[in-house]
Amino acid sequence: MMMTVKEIKKSLLVSLWFVFLTFPIMVIKVNPIERTVTWRWSNVLYVAVGSFVISLLAKAWLVRKARAAGRQQAACQARASILQELLHRPGYRYPLIIMFSGLALAFPHLFSTYQANIMTTALMYIVLGLGLNIVVGVAGLLDLGYVAFYAIGAYSYALLNLNFHLGFWAALPIGGLLAALFGLLLGFPVLRLRGDYLAIVTLGFGEIIRLVLENWNAFSKGPSGISNIPRPGFFGLEMSLDHAMIYMYYLMIGLVLLTVFVVNRLQHSRLGRAWLALREDEIACQAMGIDKTRIKLTAFALGAFWAGLVGVIFAAKTTFVNPASFTFLESAIILAIVVLGGMGSIVGVICSALILTLLPEYLRALSEYRMLAFGAILVAMMIFKPEGLIAAVRRTYRFHERKSVAALQDDE
Amino acid sequence: MDYFIELFLSGLTRGSIYALIALGYTMVYGIIGLINFAHGEIYMIGAFTSFIVATTLSIYGFPLAAIVVVAGVAAAIWSSAYGYTVEKIAYKPLRHAPRLAPLISAIGMSILLQNYVLLAQTSDFLAFPALIPEFAFMEPVAHIIGSSDLVILITTAVVMLALTLFIKFTRIGKAMRATAQDRTMALLVGINVDRVISATFILGSALAAIGGLLIASHIGQINFAIGFIAGIKAFTAAVLGGIGSIPGAVLGSLVLGLTESFATGYVSSDYEDVFAFSLLVLILIFKPSGLLGKADTKKV
Repeated sequence: MMMTVKEIKKSLLVSLWFVFLTFPIMVIKVNPIERTVTWRWSNVLYVAVGSFVISLLAKAWLVRKARAAGRQQAACQARASILQELLHRPGYRYPLIIMFSGLALAFPHLFSTYQANIMTTALMYIVLGLGLNIVVGVAGLLDLGYVAFYAIGAYSYALLNLNFHLGFWAALPIGGLLAALFGLLLGFPVLRLRGDYLAIVTLGFGEIIRLVLENWNAFSKGPSGISNIPRPGFFGLEMSLDHAMIYMYYLMIGLVLLTVFVVNRLQHSRLGRAWLALREDEIACQAMGIDKTRIKLTAFALGAFWAGLVGVIFAAKTTFVNPASFTFLESAIILAIVVLGGMGSIVGVICSALILTLLPEYLRALSEYRMLAFGAILVAMMIFKPEGLIAAVRRTYRFHERKSVAALQDDE
Repeated sequence: MDYFIELFLSGLTRGSIYALIALGYTMVYGIIGLINFAHGEIYMIGAFTSFIVATTLSIYGFPLAAIVVVAGVAAAIWSSAYGYTVEKIAYKPLRHAPRLAPLISAIGMSILLQNYVLLAQTSDFLAFPALIPEFAFMEPVAHIIGSSDLVILITTAVVMLALTLFIKFTRIGKAMRATAQDRTMALLVGINVDRVISATFILGSALAAIGGLLIASHIGQINFAIGFIAGIKAFTAAVLGGIGSIPGAVLGSLVLGLTESFATGYVSSDYEDVFAFSLLVLILIFKPSGLLGKADTKKV
């Protein structure tokens, strides 16, 4: 990689700028009660070196990308990632799937219950990511209040159980359907709104749901939440805590498989193609005779449905719900999963959900920086790789140049 | 009656603070058509910078007048620097990208800045030094309006006036209006649009920083998360007044401030934030163009 002196100079200036920028917040730390000031000069060095390196890397990446874009102009073809290529090659497809499912099935027996528990959480985020992917990735409607549907699912199980002693299996579909209903309710008024207003209204909706849960003590027991929610039963079988965890894990595996299947079928259906059209160009989509109202509402409802299901499972898994679990940051995490994975890409969302939930679990030292990283991921992905880690492959039809007999005859 | 006047004045104070933040939203939206989600965070950084500078100076024993001036200037400088940098990093490369991209990048920036302050400083609520003294001449009306309310009202009025004059008469102000009307046309008549956009971010951030300083010393405590709610409320105010319109932002902010003040005073304080959010949702649904905004029709 060639680096000219000029570029290094520029990066030095950038690093100087960041030293100035971060000076008060990174260096000075005051304690207003003890009235002491701590000067953390070592942070200057970290900021300087860090911003210098990042600026060089960013420049190198942009140069490479510009070159690659120039080369690809002739070919003009989106290439599938290695994983997708493998999944589509018949010789590899089934062995790979069998390997993955074997690993998934054996996981709780290979590792401890604690590991299985973490994996269950990751699986929950996969389903949430796939659900939001319908709304944001496929239909292109930026929903910042997705966590509201998750909360609705969780609270519907908690409240139904508290007031009517309804079991997990009865509450599961009810939670999903209730969330879908709320998705419709939110969908109706926002139909006319453009992208950015839609984002704000959904954000407001998410906050309203959380604030209502927090303040309406008579209904939802306020900030202290609802505890002692029963775990799911298995035909009345009594289970130890370990077994219940493992059972939960298999339940989630089942739900993930169901979600992947349904979402995949949806994406390639008439409805799915209508969503894609909506995402690409709303006006053109209407001009093609697509009923915008209907497909927007179905996107909201179907996206919300999965969040409701996972909400019920969340309530059953932790046996406790309170409004603090459903803040805007949760929505942001799910959005980061969709964006990192590649909007509209199922394989991508699965991979990024695993990365984003498992990495902070295993790198405990880094878990403090988790939200910082999520923010950085959102920005960096938009600038450097808007298509995501594993881009969705567009269904394309290749034109094979081969003159047919009829065409030859016409020529003569 | 006293209670009514008290609520009215506290509503005005709230409204003026919202206005200082809402102006940043509305100016940026007017020029590049982007909701700058990170704007609330810029305000928070302004409040934090002034907190750090003011506390440091007071520990080293500087007089109050010097502290107020230096903290105010420092907050404005650093907030503007952050606003400028955020635009350069997160929005400028995406100017021709699809609409969703800068929006997601803005949300990312907001989360990034929040957690940056959380990690570099603390997650606790910090006591903000009282920068505004209790004036002796306010004694007779102290039960209705505090000294800091008065200072906030006067400062905001002065800032608004200065901003109006700036936008109306200076070269860069005229360039801003031209760019807001038609960016391509502004380019054609020789306006450096990039510089105008930067100037808008700097100006908006400085206003937010002043707002941050005022509200922090009014309420007396700050925290890394104050930007989120304040940002949403200011945005609500901007939309209420008609986003993109500067007088609209001020009007919307005052209406929102008064609504909140009366609603919490006469109804219930538990649902304070719910009022603002519900108001936002209702406006966007029934009158997305706001009180003073133009209806946005799109021709194909």
